[in-house]
Amino acid sequence: MESIALVGDAVVVSTLTTPLAEVASSDATLRAFLHGLPGVDRVGADQRAAALGTRSIKTTAKSQAIDLAISMVDLTTLEGADTPGKVRAMCAKAAHPDPSDPSVPRVAAVCVYPDLVPHAVRALAGSGVKVASVATAFPSGRTSLDVKVTDTAQAVAAGADEIDMVIDRGAFLAGDYTTVFEQIVAVKAAAGEAHLKVILETGELATYDNVRRASWLAMLAGADFIKTSTGKVSPAATLPVTLVMLEAVRDFRATTGRMVGVKPAGGIRTTKDAIKYLVLVNETAGEDWLDPAWFRLGASSVLNDLLMQRQKMATGRYAGPDYFTLD
Amino acid sequence: MRFEYAPAPESRDVVDIKPSYGLFVNGEFTEGGGTPFKSVNPADETVLAEIACADEADVDRAVQAARKAFETWSALPGSERAKYLFRIARIVQERARELAVLESLDNGKPIRESRDVDLPLVAAHFFYYAGWADKLKHAGFGPDPRPLGVAGQIIPWNFPLLMLAWKIAPALACGNTVVLKPAETTPLTALAFAEICVQAGLPAGVVNIVTGAGATGAAVAGHADVNKVAFTGSTEVGRLIARSVAGTGKKLTLELGGKAANIVFEDAAIDQAVEGIVTGIFFNQGHVCCAGSRLLVQESIQEELLGALKRRLATLRLGDPLDKNTDIGAINSAEQLARIRTLADAGEQEGADRWSPSCPLPDKGFWFPPTLFTGVAQSHRIAREEIFGPVLSVLTFRTPAEAVEKANNTPYGLSAGVWTEKGSRILWLADKLRAGVVWANTFNRFDPASPFGGYKESGYGREGGRHGLEAYLDV
Repeated sequence: MESIALVGDAVVVSTLTTPLAEVASSDATLRAFLHGLPGVDRVGADQRAAALGTRSIKTTAKSQAIDLAISMVDLTTLEGADTPGKVRAMCAKAAHPDPSDPSVPRVAAVCVYPDLVPHAVRALAGSGVKVASVATAFPSGRTSLDVKVTDTAQAVAAGADEIDMVIDRGAFLAGDYTTVFEQIVAVKAAAGEAHLKVILETGELATYDNVRRASWLAMLAGADFIKTSTGKVSPAATLPVTLVMLEAVRDFRATTGRMVGVKPAGGIRTTKDAIKYLVLVNETAGEDWLDPAWFRLGASSVLNDLLMQRQKMATGRYAGPDYFTLD
Repeated sequence: MRFEYAPAPESRDVVDIKPSYGLFVNGEFTEGGGTPFKSVNPADETVLAEIACADEADVDRAVQAARKAFETWSALPGSERAKYLFRIARIVQERARELAVLESLDNGKPIRESRDVDLPLVAAHFFYYAGWADKLKHAGFGPDPRPLGVAGQIIPWNFPLLMLAWKIAPALACGNTVVLKPAETTPLTALAFAEICVQAGLPAGVVNIVTGAGATGAAVAGHADVNKVAFTGSTEVGRLIARSVAGTGKKLTLELGGKAANIVFEDAAIDQAVEGIVTGIFFNQGHVCCAGSRLLVQESIQEELLGALKRRLATLRLGDPLDKNTDIGAINSAEQLARIRTLADAGEQEGADRWSPSCPLPDKGFWFPPTLFTGVAQSHRIAREEIFGPVLSVLTFRTPAEAVEKANNTPYGLSAGVWTEKGSRILWLADKLRAGVVWANTFNRFDPASPFGGYKESGYGREGGRHGLEAYLDV
């Protein structure tokens, strides 16, 4: 029994005996399934997300939320100008977000380009912070499957614990769901033991119906996490899009028994934003997802705001931005 | 990880409730001839204030003041009347926080709703009708429509300030003066509105507020010098008023009860439909005449939808109305709570299955948990009578025709909801449903530009929009 559990999710998917086992067997069944999902009413979804955004999280609840949010951050740098030095500095911050206060939890992971993975792995050895790497010709994904698989394999070989892949939005929008599905399966195989986060790039999918379909497509293909955005396209993560994805993972678990994580990324800058996402998780997917293993915040600047708010809660005073490190 | 929201109460300090309130007649606060009564906070049963009670003589004074003020008010150019209405709208916005807290204290509704729904709509209503005041010639009621005179207006306790706005804004815009009686359990915001009238410099007598119970209301509706009666409330009282007004030449509009069907088809956007069902029946504790109190769900998705609905109801937060995270507040009065209990018990006795999420109720105050009845038949009392509480009756249908038949099979006809992703079906249903408002893929959405009113026992006349002017013009 033990050995089966350790084989990994790719195997679990291939032996899926739920009603969904046959869904991906042909282009037609996959299309029929995805188009058979209940629609999403944009007005209603926006309203629901906005209403949850008015929850008032104060005092003890706010303290709890801030620490939880810090522990869920995927501290990210994805620039052409990234250097080993920049990555090392970010890793130091990830392991000890506030050097003056050891009670601050570490963040969940750092997220970098594949060639910088070795530097991050070295800097974070023994810290408990995971190393995530984007792969598959991030951010556009416009290359051959071979290159995507190689990109992934190299990142994993370099020590990445998590792979953030992008889907082929062109194929998705053209209705070629099988191509998207097969690419995720191939990347998942290449990722091996590494956790696979599948970036839907919801800003390019345009409709909430597409967000729901892409979420299910990624989960059916074996995604461990579904992630909103690369951060390179506007809009990046929004509350309603995250709401739709949280509904998808909730329904997917109800159908298959398998739990999939969610990661909004991009555009989350303030503590207030972060807390709104936690409320959304709490009241949509439920408390099981309120854990860094199942929910992440892809962001960088939000961390300092969380630290400032945390210190304000503890001391009653705001310290200026100069008292928090910029890494 | 368990994430508990800490209490986040809105401060009561923004309101200054006096120990006692008089009537507002001819621009002044005066004593009443009846025995004063107390207004109670339904969330903890504490007395908020003592309120004067208007007897027949007081009502007569108020009507006389309104009659006198009518001469000058109706002679003002529309653009001048508009100035007062715009001013009132702005003061309402400026004092919105105070009025929202006051409303939640007196009514029991969650501050989230009084702050985000009631108060913005109140201001919007005054702004909207202020805009009509100098454009009545273009409203489609003739080249120079005239006001009626003195309007006697009686409003309910479920949306105290909003119903006041629905009544007073169009009346004043058209050039009428008013004598308004708020409900006896929720008079405080109407009395705060009287202060706003003073603050806005509204001429004395244009708005008069007489507080009291049924007898005061009967005196208002029955007064010989009232030209127009507008009532929102129960069908039972509406009948009495219609009888008293019959043959007098008074113009009458009634906005009465409802038993709206919220119809969910198998192709609906399920997650949003669930939200719409919740908004439909649990908004304002179900104290809504147009509440979607009958859920008609297509049999093919019954199990899935009810599962999702129950999961959602488990997240509703019931408690202190002033807590900013409260979704369900207190039932407005002991009397209403007793009525809800009676009907819910009848539902059980008649064989429907009752379900509520685990939901501890506060010890003090009037509370009722969100409640769902499944296995309800058309013949059950809970499918026919207006409960006016957080109680949803679930029925099923197989075909669109059956949905229409069941939806229309009620003595009421105030509102209905349709949930489907199929546009042609929405249009077909909107045509077939005998209801004054049909919401498609939403519920309980209000806008001052949209007329509101019922068919059959839900009353007659329309409030809101251009149509709402007709009730206050001599046409």
